Amino acid sequence: MFVSTILAPLIGGVLIGASALLLLWLGGRIAGVSGIVGGLFAAPRGDRGWRLGFLAGLGLGGAALLAFDPAALPRELPAPWPIIVLGGLLVGLGSRAANGCTSGHGVCGLGRRSPRSLVAVVVFMTTGMFAAQVLRPLLVGGAP
Amino acid sequence: MRLAAPLLSGLLFAVGLGVAGMTLPANVLAFLELRDPGLLLTMGGATAVTLLGFPVVLRRERPVFGLRFVLPTRRDIDRPLVVGAASFGVGWGLVGLCPGPALTGLAGGSPQVLLFVLAMLAGMLLHHILLERKPS
Repeated sequence: MFVSTILAPLIGGVLIGASALLLLWLGGRIAGVSGIVGGLFAAPRGDRGWRLGFLAGLGLGGAALLAFDPAALPRELPAPWPIIVLGGLLVGLGSRAANGCTSGHGVCGLGRRSPRSLVAVVVFMTTGMFAAQVLRPLLVGGAP
Repeated sequence: MRLAAPLLSGLLFAVGLGVAGMTLPANVLAFLELRDPGLLLTMGGATAVTLLGFPVVLRRERPVFGLRFVLPTRRDIDRPLVVGAASFGVGWGLVGLCPGPALTGLAGGSPQVLLFVLAMLAGMLLHHILLERKPS
């Protein structure tokens, strides 16, 4: 109980923080996933390599999870396909408009003590809770 | 070397998400429904590392494998920030996935995760086409 509910989320978080610290220390970049992906559309050629490198690392990490702890990867999403599409569109559009998501604004922005990131985190936490608690029962029905 | 750093960082990021259980939408939704504080510990653990570590790293003149640190400089709170974060939050709370866990989750081979990622990329592309491209 203690391991799965307290220790694992905490250690996972420390690993995520270490990943962001590593990228800043070695590469001088912010580990914000939406910015890294979205930047691919606009980035000049010389700015693409590190982005693709990070994404390849995410894929490799996903493959490692599949090999050692396959239950950590989602098999089914708790929503019907129109909601999955709507959610994906909102996550893509919104994170680019806000210049960051849970990693860029959350993990890195808070670490930089950025006021923009603090506002973004408070806003997306609030609307996230609203969507999960109010919109999901209306659109999806039932608990996941 | 220039690719090894982002590759290692991405790998560590994905493993961290997996260890934390944040690759699973059920855990994220449990947090957003205030049933499980796990995500708070994850965010807290991650932010504690960056809060303590970033200032130390930024004391360097430049990163180990780069000419300079590339950091956001804006400090103003504008409408796209608030509206964008609000929309992002709604999408996150509807499905329980954000970009990192979604891309990491692709490895599991679920067609639903793939659908979410494709829609997310479409949203990013839409933003690029409609709002980001500057007249040249």
